[in-house]
Amino acid sequence: MKLNRSVQVTQLVSLLIAAVLIVLVILPTGQSPVTVIGTMIDGAFGSWDLVARALTTLAPVLLCAAGLAFTFSSGLYNLGVEGQVLAGAIATTALVRALFPDGGQAAVSPALIMALGIVAGMLGGLLWGLLAGLLHVYGRISEIFAGLGLNFVAQGLAIFLIFGPWKRAGVASMSGTALFDESVWLPVLGITELSPVALVLAGVALIVALIVLRNTYFGLRLRAVGHSLRSSFILGIPATQHLLSAFAICGAFAGLAGATQALAIFHRLIPGISSNLGYLGLLVAMLANYNPIWLLPIAAFFSVLNIGALKLPSELKVESSLAGVIQGLLVLAVLLSRGVSKRAK
Amino acid sequence: MRLEFRNIHKTFGQVHANNDVSFVVEAGTIHGLLGENGAGKSTLVKMLTGFISRDSGEILFDDKPVLIRTPVDGIRQGVGMLHQDPLDFPALTVLENFRAMAGGRWYTAADLRKLAAEFNFDLDPEEQAGNLTVGERQQIELLRLLALGVRTLVLDEPTTGISAHQKDQLFAAMRTLAGQGKSVIFVSHKLEDVEEVCDYATVMRRGGVVGSLPVAKGDDTLAARLVDMMFGRELALPSKPLTTTPTPALVLEDVVLEDERLSIHVPKFIAPCGEVIGLAGLEGSGQRLFILACAGVQAPSRGQIHLRAVNLTHKPYAAYQDAGVCYVPADRMREGLVPGLTIQEHVALRDGSGEFFLNTTAMQQGAERAIAEYKIRGTPTSFVERLSGGNQQRTQLALMPPDLKLILMEHPTRGLDIDSTIWIWKLLIDRCAQGATIMFASSDLDEIVQYSDRVLVFSGGQVSEPISTQGLTADRLGEMIGGKF
Repeated sequence: MKLNRSVQVTQLVSLLIAAVLIVLVILPTGQSPVTVIGTMIDGAFGSWDLVARALTTLAPVLLCAAGLAFTFSSGLYNLGVEGQVLAGAIATTALVRALFPDGGQAAVSPALIMALGIVAGMLGGLLWGLLAGLLHVYGRISEIFAGLGLNFVAQGLAIFLIFGPWKRAGVASMSGTALFDESVWLPVLGITELSPVALVLAGVALIVALIVLRNTYFGLRLRAVGHSLRSSFILGIPATQHLLSAFAICGAFAGLAGATQALAIFHRLIPGISSNLGYLGLLVAMLANYNPIWLLPIAAFFSVLNIGALKLPSELKVESSLAGVIQGLLVLAVLLSRGVSKRAK
Repeated sequence: MRLEFRNIHKTFGQVHANNDVSFVVEAGTIHGLLGENGAGKSTLVKMLTGFISRDSGEILFDDKPVLIRTPVDGIRQGVGMLHQDPLDFPALTVLENFRAMAGGRWYTAADLRKLAAEFNFDLDPEEQAGNLTVGERQQIELLRLLALGVRTLVLDEPTTGISAHQKDQLFAAMRTLAGQGKSVIFVSHKLEDVEEVCDYATVMRRGGVVGSLPVAKGDDTLAARLVDMMFGRELALPSKPLTTTPTPALVLEDVVLEDERLSIHVPKFIAPCGEVIGLAGLEGSGQRLFILACAGVQAPSRGQIHLRAVNLTHKPYAAYQDAGVCYVPADRMREGLVPGLTIQEHVALRDGSGEFFLNTTAMQQGAERAIAEYKIRGTPTSFVERLSGGNQQRTQLALMPPDLKLILMEHPTRGLDIDSTIWIWKLLIDRCAQGATIMFASSDLDEIVQYSDRVLVFSGGQVSEPISTQGLTADRLGEMIGGKF
């Protein structure tokens, strides 16, 4: 009991410190913190379109975070999630371009192309995740470096494709490949970019993560491997197989995020298609700390923060990257309190 | 420097790690500190060198009480420790290591060569520390401590993992230091080393000092006396009913087991069904290697392993488990159980392999059965890391699958009270009556003699022939543990 209370106090204190730091960061902008926060809330909830924008960000973040719940449970820091999103987007683009060549005719019905595109994205992410897993398990490379390295490779591959084989007729530029035909754009709500399909996929991913990690033998064994590789081995759990599965599942979920980014939002492959959504997912999963229940509220909070901040430059002439600073401070505060309570034990 | 311990006490939780420890180390002598793992030697020397603080009692240097707060403080007052795994920076060169840690002045390569030459150490100042052997790293550490002006030197198990030549060099250096009037404390559980180099030996057991005696060269009875002191004089009588059958269960042929420190050759060994075999010896003499090899966790570098006529040689660990092998490790939190999971989750890990969804009712019932049957103080949802050591051990035993053919255990009753020990052995002997073969390592000789049919004694890379516990005397066992087969 006493310990629990001291943990709560530590958490409260660290959040207070974060709040003070956030105020200190806002003050030099010349605006009052209340105005800034009010503007951000207005920026995220001021209209249905704004809510839709927040939800548009939420879907891929949630997909990544749900995937990362698997790797975190098995004790892995899958920093490669960003590259896995990109690999998914590349695979989706490859499939769409194969079945619906630029300026050509669709080989099959557009609905089927979209469905296959989503599957391709999933497979692309899965393979990229598995590659990180193989490097980690058989190459004995820290999964952090394996993942980071593969992020650069994926980035390089995307740029190569955009400037090389997939360049637009006549021009090759950072703005990406040619747009997909409008018939294979995933439907969105009204004039927003919110794709109901992406949102449903994210919801399903979250539920799958919740159920598998908490209520299945596979999830239990993953957690066992994450808590103690050696004990799990002695107890007869095939650890290698489970570690690779975690990488594959996380990659598949991230790949789905990449697929929806390509099909619903950008309608092409651009170099920055994952725009750090993977890393944002990593923060969410880190804060949720083995407890998938927290993924949704944390991911929603971060999406709101990011979208709300976009209103700061126009309303208050304050840089929107303030959201990133606030986000970072909050993450640091939570991790700090966790570290402090661990030390106290 | 003369050193005296007076009524030292130290407790960790409920464990009385040092209980009223008093003895004297005279200046100019080499003093052996002997005892099994957990006897309290490390605790004592850590208090002496400032790594931990004592609860009560006094430490006197040249009859003056001292208070040593940190290792740096210890060195300032003239006492330093040579660690079993020397403290150095693998990425730096020998000279850089020496400079970084010797402090005080800027040593040149020539300075270091001169210091090394005093002890006939052959160190290349430009070599990277990461490429050195443990013995060479010890030599840097030793020179460093001397450069810092240490007058009492503590060596913690220094002869583990170094070559015979390096050992001779080290012993010669220790004698030189003693000749200069320094005192040397040699922590070890290797009797032959103590006999070879020490002037005195103090034996510790269960946190207390059993006694000190002078070490006279060529005294044949010394090893047996020291073993007596380390383990206690009277052995319990064998009390295990006969469950051995004529059918061979485990057969080892021409097996060689190796790790960085040891190499053990077992020409031929047969354990029949229903037999209990105790593995005796000072800790770290190869019992663990033997158990890990029989469990399929660490493959032998040569030889054949068969269990009940199934050839398990070079098979993965899973094949051993399928063949009915169960390994119960000593380190419950690192190897035996998964910290962060509950008792019922452990039950589920053992039981449910075919299904997809967790059957929470079955998990809970299974855990409740295990808790009731093995009298575990906890609930199905207790996290295993929150259980006491004894209850963790009960949980490990409760998790053993039924119908085992070979059970391998390290310290099966460590941390348990006498009633629990008797009760656990009753369960284990029931398993033998059903045909299982049990092999266990223990540092409790009473346990070995009481519950084994035959004993294998491990000593410094050698394994004895299996000896029947009937008629085995403490003296004979002591001699064998001391290396006289």
